[in-house]
Amino acid sequence: MQLLLITLAIVLVFVVIVQVAKAVELISVIKEEDEYRQDISKSMSFWFALTGLFLFAFIAGTAYTEYDKFLPTPASEHGVWIENLIIVTLVFTGVVFLITNFLLFFFVWKYRYRKNGRAFYFPDNNKLELAWTVIPAIVLTVLVAMGIDKWFKIFSEAPSDAIVLEATAKQFSWYLRYPGADNELGPRDFTLVNSENELGVNWNHESSKDDFLSDELVIPVNKPVLVKIGALDVIHNFYLPEFRLMMDAVPGLPTKFWFRPTITTAKMREIKNDPEFDYELACNQLCGSGHWNMKRTVRVVTEEEYKVWLSEQKSYYEQNIKAKEEAPAVAATAQDTAAAQVAAADSAIAKAE
Amino acid sequence: MATTAIHEHGASHTAHAGGHHHEETFFSKYVFSMDHKMIAKQFLITGMAWAIIGGLFSVLFRVQLAWPDETFPLLETLFSNWFDGGKLTTESYYALVTMHGTIMVFFVLTAGLSGTFANLLIPYQIGSRDMASPLMNALSFWLFILSSLIMLASVFLPTGMASGGWTIYPPLSALPQASAGSGMGMTLWLISMALFIASQLLGGVNYISTVLNLRTKGMTLFRMPLTVWALFFTAVIGLLSFPVLLSAAVLLIFDRHLHTSFFLSDIYVGGQALDYSGGSALLFQHLFWFLGHPEVYIVILPAMGMVSEILAVNSRKPIFGYKAMIFSILGIAVLGFLVWAHHMFMSGMNPFLGSVFILFTLLIAVPSAVKVFNWLTTIWRGNIRITPATIFALGFVSLFISGGVTGIWLGNATIDIQVHDTYFVVAHFHIIMGIAAFFGMFAGVYHWFPKMYGRFMNETLAYLHFFITFIGSYLIFWPMHYLGLSGVPRRYYSFNEFKAFAEYGDMNILITVSAVVVFFAQFIFLINFFWSMKKGRVVTVQNPWKANTLEWTTPLERIHGNWPGELPVVHRWAYDYSKFEDGPDFIPQTVPMTEQEIQMEKNAKH
Repeated sequence: MQLLLITLAIVLVFVVIVQVAKAVELISVIKEEDEYRQDISKSMSFWFALTGLFLFAFIAGTAYTEYDKFLPTPASEHGVWIENLIIVTLVFTGVVFLITNFLLFFFVWKYRYRKNGRAFYFPDNNKLELAWTVIPAIVLTVLVAMGIDKWFKIFSEAPSDAIVLEATAKQFSWYLRYPGADNELGPRDFTLVNSENELGVNWNHESSKDDFLSDELVIPVNKPVLVKIGALDVIHNFYLPEFRLMMDAVPGLPTKFWFRPTITTAKMREIKNDPEFDYELACNQLCGSGHWNMKRTVRVVTEEEYKVWLSEQKSYYEQNIKAKEEAPAVAATAQDTAAAQVAAADSAIAKAE
Repeated sequence: MATTAIHEHGASHTAHAGGHHHEETFFSKYVFSMDHKMIAKQFLITGMAWAIIGGLFSVLFRVQLAWPDETFPLLETLFSNWFDGGKLTTESYYALVTMHGTIMVFFVLTAGLSGTFANLLIPYQIGSRDMASPLMNALSFWLFILSSLIMLASVFLPTGMASGGWTIYPPLSALPQASAGSGMGMTLWLISMALFIASQLLGGVNYISTVLNLRTKGMTLFRMPLTVWALFFTAVIGLLSFPVLLSAAVLLIFDRHLHTSFFLSDIYVGGQALDYSGGSALLFQHLFWFLGHPEVYIVILPAMGMVSEILAVNSRKPIFGYKAMIFSILGIAVLGFLVWAHHMFMSGMNPFLGSVFILFTLLIAVPSAVKVFNWLTTIWRGNIRITPATIFALGFVSLFISGGVTGIWLGNATIDIQVHDTYFVVAHFHIIMGIAAFFGMFAGVYHWFPKMYGRFMNETLAYLHFFITFIGSYLIFWPMHYLGLSGVPRRYYSFNEFKAFAEYGDMNILITVSAVVVFFAQFIFLINFFWSMKKGRVVTVQNPWKANTLEWTTPLERIHGNWPGELPVVHRWAYDYSKFEDGPDFIPQTVPMTEQEIQMEKNAKH
């Protein structure tokens, strides 16, 4: 019933619009063609100019009200470089955007059709063409240079004292693996992958024995952090929005990104005036139906807090693998003992008879 | 290469000579036509049908984004396959997003835009009877229909349409275990696209041969209207780049069905370690984007060509900088092949490669800027007649500026680290491709409708269509820049899981409401189009827009072979509007140059 009424209402609106349009057309053919064209050009270019004004107000207005939301405070060293580059680009492109759009809307009004008017035959002018080829080329070259300079700095080798950790994505979650006290992640081998060992970690290797997994990503402020990124099944993307950091996680192709976080979670809570604020890790490459739901909390802490947190973590090997390796030996001994007892009892009984 | 035109008598083998009628059945006239004008309309109507479907899909997923906690029993009744408990399922959301992109980019803006206007305008504007091979032209359309039917069939699959994004990156698109849509939905997508590519190649070869070989006497290359230049370069780009997408699709089919490892390596999915090894997921991306980037120029160039034409005719002034416009199209075409990996800045490819693509990508802004400045100079000091075509052409220029400048942000890879795969990208490509290219298409339809159907479209409905769509589109896509800059990722079913992304609720509602309004406003255009076809105001003069180009010298009643009797002879370029202070404000291409004009040419300093 509701559907029927809505459909009827929409159809009615369209019918009214079409009837009005037909009536207007009937009236317009009575006028002399040039007269009609002059009148419609005047009214439509007026509305067009007004539209331009409205759109400008909309853009300026929303930019003003949303200002604190876009360009959130960058939480990393290179994030500040990106923000500066954005501002320079915004100024150049913003000026061009405003001037050219303004000229468009203005010219349409100013040079609207007059039936006794005459256009100015101006087919070309090489000086003008040169000017507006060379000037944009120079501006863009500057932007390219600024961009490439920072690009190579961001993708330089991580400092040797960087904290290394590994993020492996899967549908629809993350393995966050830390190297433990030896600061070396245990080697992985695809041939070892199975449902008990999805990462294919080689547990026989010494460096694996102190690695641990974490639900949260915890990192110390002002220290370089190198994230080794990978995926088990499809392409994902390791994305830390406030840190201006993202890198695709590709099965079979290890990737990485290093950065220096500059603002602790506590400090960012003050800046945003939000005691509930937390940095978040998200996935940023479509990876299936759960793509939007791969969240982990990220905490940036002081160096002392980080050391404390590290000391509290138990290695994955201790908790999960070692126990299993020792249990069969214990069980076997118990079984032998039990079997011996049974055998002894049997022989005792046999002797008794 | 022939720069002089071939004489009429060579061309008469390709099509019926003008003026002679023969018995036509319904099927030979409307269905299996080999006439370029009818084939153009076939592409147009099919494109319009796909546009409604693609637009409807976007309304459905936008509703989910604006009201993620609401249920919609009404929508569930209509689209029961995709809804569960009154909400879109996550799998269907991604399927709708994927198909929206595929439909709009390929079926509407490639086939519907260049298929329509290349077919309509190339033979008309160069003075030829029909395309070089009318049979191949018809084949191109019928392959497109076959491709469309297969893609349409995938909409009704129980396992769902393809759902890995229109970019269909493997491994997601290669493994049905990773996503239901990667089963039969993806198989049909690949078959459909293979046929689509064949259709495009046949069309492109035809357009190129026709432009190079069938120009009428006096129609040198540098007297061709800009529309033809744009369509010509579009066809060349398509011919060079579509085969690479085909190769990517074929290799993906092999990985999916023959267990090869072109794109797959070290995969553990659904509790199983799979035995693919040695492949590179990045290889697919390179192959895909090698087409993918030129594809966006294939979409925009025809629109640019038509806008140049329409602005010149309606400003009663030459297009400013005709040669510069041609060379900027050439520049865009060439550079367009050198920028593909700007879609891959964060893919894990070698950063050095990234730096090379920053350079070329920002360079391509130069010819694009030249075009904008030339359009502005064209209307400067013109006598601007507003017609529906004019106002859409002007809207195109505004949208091209707005969408184009954010390309400079994205092309600078350092900034892309922040905005890659966020709503900033969605805003950019929708404004410059989704909306601007559509406006070019609308301008073309409104302008050449009198030629196609001998009637005018209703102007009141047209202006209403324009203002609602123009304002509405800005309202939809402008706020997405803010979302993207603050980090909101694209292709998210819901933003509510993340505190950082959840605060955009109001903006999402504004976007969705605008999208629904704009979607319904397109029906104003559709009603106008179909009603005017039969009942529109009749065109009584041969050249209602008082334009210079050759299509307006054909008779009102359209005939096979376009001109009765001899083909027109061309004596001048297409842009002599308001050349002299007195006299008519236009001089068609067929009018011979006067002595005075020849002298002026000799003395002219440019």
